[in-house]
Amino acid sequence: MTAAATAVAVIAGIVAIGTTIGLLAGSRRQMDLEQWTVGGRGFGTPLVFLLMAGEVYTTFTFLGVSGWAYSRGGPVLYALAYLTLAYVASFFFLPQLWEFGRRHGLQTQADFFRTVYRSRCLAGFVCVVGILAFVPYIQLQLSGMGIIVSVASFGHIGRVTAMTIATALVVAFVVANGVRAVAWVSVVKDLLMLVAAITIGVGIPLAYFGGIGAMFAALARARPGHLVMPGATTDLGHAWYVSTVLLTAFGFYMWPHTFGATFTARSADTLRRNAVLMPLYSLTIALMFFAGFAAVLILPHLHDGDLALLIVARRTFAPWFLGVIGGAGALTAMVPASILLLTAATLFAKNLYRPMISPAMSDAAVARLARVMVVVLAAISLGLAIRGASTLVSLLLIGYAMVAQCLPGVVLGLYWRRVTATGVFVGMVVGVLTAVLLMAAHLDPIAGVNAGFLALCINLIVSIAVSLVTRASAAAVLPSPI
Amino acid sequence: MKPPPIGALALGAIPFAAMCFSVALWDRIEPMILGLPFNLFWLILWIVLTSCCMWGAYRLDSAARGAASRQP
Repeated sequence: MTAAATAVAVIAGIVAIGTTIGLLAGSRRQMDLEQWTVGGRGFGTPLVFLLMAGEVYTTFTFLGVSGWAYSRGGPVLYALAYLTLAYVASFFFLPQLWEFGRRHGLQTQADFFRTVYRSRCLAGFVCVVGILAFVPYIQLQLSGMGIIVSVASFGHIGRVTAMTIATALVVAFVVANGVRAVAWVSVVKDLLMLVAAITIGVGIPLAYFGGIGAMFAALARARPGHLVMPGATTDLGHAWYVSTVLLTAFGFYMWPHTFGATFTARSADTLRRNAVLMPLYSLTIALMFFAGFAAVLILPHLHDGDLALLIVARRTFAPWFLGVIGGAGALTAMVPASILLLTAATLFAKNLYRPMISPAMSDAAVARLARVMVVVLAAISLGLAIRGASTLVSLLLIGYAMVAQCLPGVVLGLYWRRVTATGVFVGMVVGVLTAVLLMAAHLDPIAGVNAGFLALCINLIVSIAVSLVTRASAAAVLPSPI
Repeated sequence: MKPPPIGALALGAIPFAAMCFSVALWDRIEPMILGLPFNLFWLILWIVLTSCCMWGAYRLDSAARGAASRQP
């Protein structure tokens, strides 16, 4: 068997196992809307842990981070800091959010905004922002999958074919089973990812330099500026680091899918315990750094940094192991892609279409429309992925700049009585427009600071200011004191 | 729901100070510790210390909520 055929066979096998688990996972229960979106609120600590972890470890971690370690150097360290700090922040507002969700039967982020602010317009706007931000995020996963499978198969499976097949599989198990299916596949995916990450992160420096320490010493000698900020760039310095870490740490739970996953926890205490333990899981990202930095000296002139890890791995490991890496990578893209599609489709059907266009729709009809939207959104994202070519990290940061604008509405809604729907709405519009305009004008970073973060600060100030001058009768519904 | 006690908030602020705001102080290669450039080592160390801080915050928060539910 040729190297390529071996690698491809292993990838196909892993994807088949993952998909089968997904299809079998929920097959015994009847699927109504509540079951479909939040698994009947019965998920305990281990399953929530895995669900949250499955969402976190994506193509961004696998290829994007190693790609930036290769092409940017020091600035990539933001990825190690932001994840841990996101968990720290979560300790202080997710339990409150969960409690509120339990009391009001909430399933999605838009539900939260509609319930707290009693404004369908605001909830609708939040939906639109979320869905728009999801598209490049889904695109990122599909592009990553194309790269992984095509490199691992030595070019025999083209990017387009790989992406199309994987998209079809994702749609199949999401439409059949919803959130519970995804959780079980995450188990398989996380185990494989860990094996792949440890082997790559330790094995590559060992093979080429004799160890991780020796690799860093060699890199520090050959390219001394690379390992600190601004590394290989001119504009990603300390101010960018601080602002980007804050933007992404606080924006992390504003992604509608991560927000929605909160409601699947068994208790508020589960969420607190996760905040204590999850930082440790993020240590595995360091392994991707090792591989990306090692690649700087092994493959000096790669045009697309996102390929660095895979090409080095292909040179170093046996074809069957390359298949394992590729299979892990494919699931690592498919699992988040399915969660993203699921959330976006539900947002559209339940929080945008039904309230705005067809209020008399039954829950069953909403669930049907959501299934249709999964297919539509998957097709749009696949089309963009086939046509487009941005770095994976850039795509994600664009998404963050937009979803983070929901943060003032959430935090003020949970903790401040004087916040009003108008205040939050104006603040969010200003924030989203600022972020989009700055990025479109290539002004990111602006004055050394992350543009999305600047927009978020303006958003917060405007939300507070406008709330203070708007009528108290439009004030929020707050959790009542116990 | 009762907001977390001030001690828990303080413990939550420490990782932000150490891993984010203080970057200019630790963003360098030397001294290399355990073979890692100092900035990478610092962040890895602080990921572990953050779990410790958050465990402390968890204990404080549990105690505060336990005390609140025992009040008449």
